[in-house]
Amino acid sequence: MSTIRGRLILIGILVLGSALSLLPRNETQRIPDAVTGRMKDTTVRRVPINLGLDLQGGIHLALEVDESKGPVPDCADAIQRAERVVRTRIDQFGTTEPVVQIQGRCRLIVELAGEKDPARAKSIIARTAFLEFRITDMQNQFQAALPQIDAVLRRAGVKSRAAAPSAVSQLFGKDTSKAARDSATEANTPGALSSLLFQGQLPGEFLVPEEQWEVADSLLLRPDVRQAIPRGIDLKWGAQIESRGAKSYKPLYAVESHSIITGEELQKATARRDQLTNQSIVEFVLTRRGARIFGEETARHIQHYMAIILDGRVQGQPPIIKSQINARGMIELGTKPLQEASDLALVLRAGALPAPLQIVEERAIGASLGADSIKDGIRAGVVGVVLVIVIMVGYYRLSGVLAVAALTLYCLFTIAGLSAFGFTLTLPGLAGFVLSIGIAVDANVLIFERIREELVHGKSLRLAIEDGFKHAMNAIVDSNVSTALTAFILYLVGTGPVQGFAITLIIGIAASMVSAIFVVKTFFLIWLQRRPAMTTLSV
Amino acid sequence: MIRLFANANYDFIKWTRWAYTLTGAIMLVGLAFLVTRGLNYSIEFTGGTLVQVETKTTVPIGQIREALDNVGLHGAEIQTFGSDTSYVIRARTSASADTTGADTVAVTAGVTRAFDASAGAGAYRIERTEVVRPKVGRELQGKAFLAIIFSFFVTLIYLAARFEWRFGLAAVLATAHDVLATIAFISVMHLEVSLVVVGAVLTVVGYSLNDTIIIFDRVRENLHKYRRQNLYEILNLSINETLPRSVLTHGTTIATTLALLLLAGEVIRPFAWVMSFGIFTGTFSSIYIAAPILLLIEKRWPGEDARGARALGARAPTPAPSGPSTPKSVPPPPVPRVPVR
Repeated sequence: MSTIRGRLILIGILVLGSALSLLPRNETQRIPDAVTGRMKDTTVRRVPINLGLDLQGGIHLALEVDESKGPVPDCADAIQRAERVVRTRIDQFGTTEPVVQIQGRCRLIVELAGEKDPARAKSIIARTAFLEFRITDMQNQFQAALPQIDAVLRRAGVKSRAAAPSAVSQLFGKDTSKAARDSATEANTPGALSSLLFQGQLPGEFLVPEEQWEVADSLLLRPDVRQAIPRGIDLKWGAQIESRGAKSYKPLYAVESHSIITGEELQKATARRDQLTNQSIVEFVLTRRGARIFGEETARHIQHYMAIILDGRVQGQPPIIKSQINARGMIELGTKPLQEASDLALVLRAGALPAPLQIVEERAIGASLGADSIKDGIRAGVVGVVLVIVIMVGYYRLSGVLAVAALTLYCLFTIAGLSAFGFTLTLPGLAGFVLSIGIAVDANVLIFERIREELVHGKSLRLAIEDGFKHAMNAIVDSNVSTALTAFILYLVGTGPVQGFAITLIIGIAASMVSAIFVVKTFFLIWLQRRPAMTTLSV
Repeated sequence: MIRLFANANYDFIKWTRWAYTLTGAIMLVGLAFLVTRGLNYSIEFTGGTLVQVETKTTVPIGQIREALDNVGLHGAEIQTFGSDTSYVIRARTSASADTTGADTVAVTAGVTRAFDASAGAGAYRIERTEVVRPKVGRELQGKAFLAIIFSFFVTLIYLAARFEWRFGLAAVLATAHDVLATIAFISVMHLEVSLVVVGAVLTVVGYSLNDTIIIFDRVRENLHKYRRQNLYEILNLSINETLPRSVLTHGTTIATTLALLLLAGEVIRPFAWVMSFGIFTGTFSSIYIAAPILLLIEKRWPGEDARGARALGARAPTPAPSGPSTPKSVPPPPVPRVPVR
């Protein structure tokens, strides 16, 4: 029968889709390197289910603007600035997937799974942001020193990782520095550092393949290398990853050690789109003292590039200084979207007006406690499922077996739903899931009881099944929708773990409707087709 | 095949008064506890600090208290948590300490020093710390209250649309009863009211509604099917017809709830307690509160077919074959004719 085939195909697709979304897959995770203690990306194979902090351990922080030392006029802006700052520090956390998000208007949530030291996390978050403008390495002093640095590394026995036999490589058709080329031919081996660097578009800019930036960073942090870096030059990583073609690069900037101005002197920064030229623009206003210093500096550095550095990370591509700037300046971002300009303005404000934050909520959960919770939850789940199976099969016999089969699919669908939509499984969520197993059979119970009633009323088997499903439907839909409504309200009101519970409940309700109604009906149809002469039903 | 309560024919509605008395008594006890002892709010709601410590060996609570007193943490609650070597220390923030952030940090540091003294340095591990500002707690209290009220409102609208406002009102009143009874239970058991417990109360709301709706759905159907019977009989009939389903579903739900209560660990236990009680009160209220209230509402504001008007009055001339037993003949009270709509 084609209807049965159609149903089976649909069930097959659902099962396959669920199984696929639960297959272990490669996920990038950041873990601290055993040797250097710095964070690095690794790929792990795992089942893609997000565990809440209460299950895997970690730190949850809620921050608000501290108004104890005077009112803050616009808390939403202050929190946005704080979010921007915390984001730039994200790689300092010893955690796999930090969550930084604004909740409501004026609250910032930071979740650090796996982080063990609350004091350290708090100090990273609460530190005041530092903004500075610095001129990039216009004389290419760093590039000139590269052969020397490579030589230092060679002497120290550091081997080059790249196979390419070039020094500062050509990426955009830019001229390769003569010195570097000489050193490469001289030693006839690629330099350990220079082989990682590609020339950028402006003086002092280099691009490092994203997967190698930790290597480059660890080289740059070596004391012997730091000695070899020319005096008056600092190296700063860019905050964003840039993609060129199929590859991603992390920009590295050689900048002057002294900053021409810091965030203290900044008063205001706003983004807008210029009506005439249709360019995205960031306008900023400096203090009177700042205007004097900036005027002098910019007069000396016309046609130079100025890096905007927040917390040691270069934000965006350094703009060129076109003319002397005093109290009011403007950064043109050309055809880039306004969003990017707003973001830069936010960076400037973040450095200018550090928002005083206070922690209003803090939770730290040990990893072993989380592991215990998972273990206990699974044990309770298994026992619960066994009890439900005993009750269903004991009471409904063969039909009960069908219901149990549907229950298995229910579990699969629910977990796959959590995984596919990227929801987080929390401890209350786990409890909700266990509880929902007991409730999920309700739809089947309603249907089976209805079928029994129809049979008692003397209907034929086929009709009894048909009517049983049909008549039970009203009750199933109404009761499930009202439960889903309360779960949805819980989701709206709750936070973290409780939201996880509500989500599990909602997905569970949807999954139980599919498995109890659609899947079990299909089983019955197959059964009827195989035994057309059957007159009694094991229900 | 096993059939439980296959042709059950109990007069449930007859016991309405007893049920009201029973539930009234529970409420009174709950109210007494609520007034004298209040609810045991978790620090999520009150603000404060919680530290859970796992020690290698058992440390007498008196010793911990002494150590806490020595570091200046007076009046902190100490409880064992699931096992002899797991302790939870709670220090609620006083309202005056709202603005200073130092106190919460001080508590954590104090607990560390106290355990250094009582259990010995390195002989314990801090498993969990929670610090909540009172402001956040107050917000949460308001939100939890709002959630319950809001869920009533939404259900009322949904049921009014799907059934009729009388059914919706009866279901919501029965559910409100469950919330009150559950709060009484929480108060008597002195369970800690955390956000997860509020979640459990809302789950009870959903579960109880679910159960009431199953019965009301049958009532709706039977009202169409048996045109000559009065509402009293139809209610009884519907409850009896849905009895096998109730037994089965409550059975499986109790099974999983018990598994949670006994096996899922200390954090989930209050949730499981509330759920276990909720299953009972939800079942009870669907039968003994929702149905009689529907009868009452029908009587006072009769619906279109005005069967409520004869709900307790004369029986229909021809009872259905599976009709319930004769109700006590109560003289029909004067029915005020209030125009509906």
